[in-house]
Amino acid sequence: MPVKLILRNKEYEVKPGMMLLDALKKIGVVPESVIATRNGEMILEDEILKDGDVIKLVAVISGGMW
Amino acid sequence: MKCKKCGEKASVNMRQHKLALCKEHYLEWVPEQTERFIKKYEMFTRDEKILVAVSGGKDSLALWDILHRLGYQADGLYLGLGIDGGIGYSHESQRLAQKFADERGLKLHVVDIEKEYGQPIPVLSEISHRGHGKPCAVCGLVKRHEMNRIARDLGYAVLATGHNLDDEAAVLFGNTLNWSSEYLLRQGPVLPSSDGLARKVKPLCRFYEREMTAYALARGIEYIYEECPYADGSQSIYYKELLNQLETTRPGAKLTFYLRFLEARKRGDLFIEQNIEHAHLHACPKCGQPTSTDDYCSFCRMIEKVNAVSAK
Ligand SMILES: [Zn+2]
Ligand SMILES: [Zn+2]
Repeated sequence: MPVKLILRNKEYEVKPGMMLLDALKKIGVVPESVIATRNGEMILEDEILKDGDVIKLVAVISGGMW
Repeated sequence: MKCKKCGEKASVNMRQHKLALCKEHYLEWVPEQTERFIKKYEMFTRDEKILVAVSGGKDSLALWDILHRLGYQADGLYLGLGIDGGIGYSHESQRLAQKFADERGLKLHVVDIEKEYGQPIPVLSEISHRGHGKPCAVCGLVKRHEMNRIARDLGYAVLATGHNLDDEAAVLFGNTLNWSSEYLLRQGPVLPSSDGLARKVKPLCRFYEREMTAYALARGIEYIYEECPYADGSQSIYYKELLNQLETTRPGAKLTFYLRFLEARKRGDLFIEQNIEHAHLHACPKCGQPTSTDDYCSFCRMIEKVNAVSAK
């Protein structure tokens, strides 16, 4: 089963066994601009993604509405 | 990665500080740091009444949460801008701000722009023909004016906004690209009160936007995740993306950009021509070229080192 990454309404798939940082680079997402969560818990860039993981990427940039 | 404080699995990694923390220690660290910045920049004391500008977004709600946790007297101000954008943007952000306040028993003042001035922001913008077809200029103008007005009318000494370091760095970047000296000389964590207006402070100005998102997530704060429909493609978002690309390859670049600017401005180094004679240059005893050290110049020291190593 592939690993699924979701950012806003876009979905990406990568192979399991990859490090999160490499997965982000692969799908063209700037690591500094997102926080990754799995089952609601934040995970770090050195996390190895496993079979069937669903990673929700939370965009951190907003337009300055504070 | 492990938490620096307890060795458990880390949830947040701040490469610019070489610091990884677990959720629990991160939730302690953020208010501690905020308190440090409040004191460092002399923002306010526990005796002062603070009005927090609350948009329903992560930064302003996180700010209100932190000030409340630290025991400051902080009330909220929500401005109903009347922006729908097909997603009920203003409606939803107001709901979340109100929910946040109710759950903590905090006081939220709500001002509806349409009720006060007859039209919502997009219409005020259209009718006044300001801002090149986008309501953001009018929105900023109205927000500044209304925050000042409410703070004065209700007797708040301090107006706090949730600007984070990315907000500040993006503005600084824009002002630097244009060398807007008058804006550069005004930008900072504190704008002192003047002409009866409240002091303006930005207690989160040294946290990355990413850190505030992590804080809101870790605290379980429900915030408006949708972007303001008018912010799409805005200059500030573009600058933030550029700066994040830089940050990814050079951790700490954003922080340094902002902090060195504050230091230079405080020293009065900005836009003042350096007095060349003050630089105290000497002639290098070896080659005669000017150097700021009393000894050999950097070039001669480098060559000397290379010769010393080669001779071994
Ligand atoms: Zn810990
Ligand atoms: Zn006026």
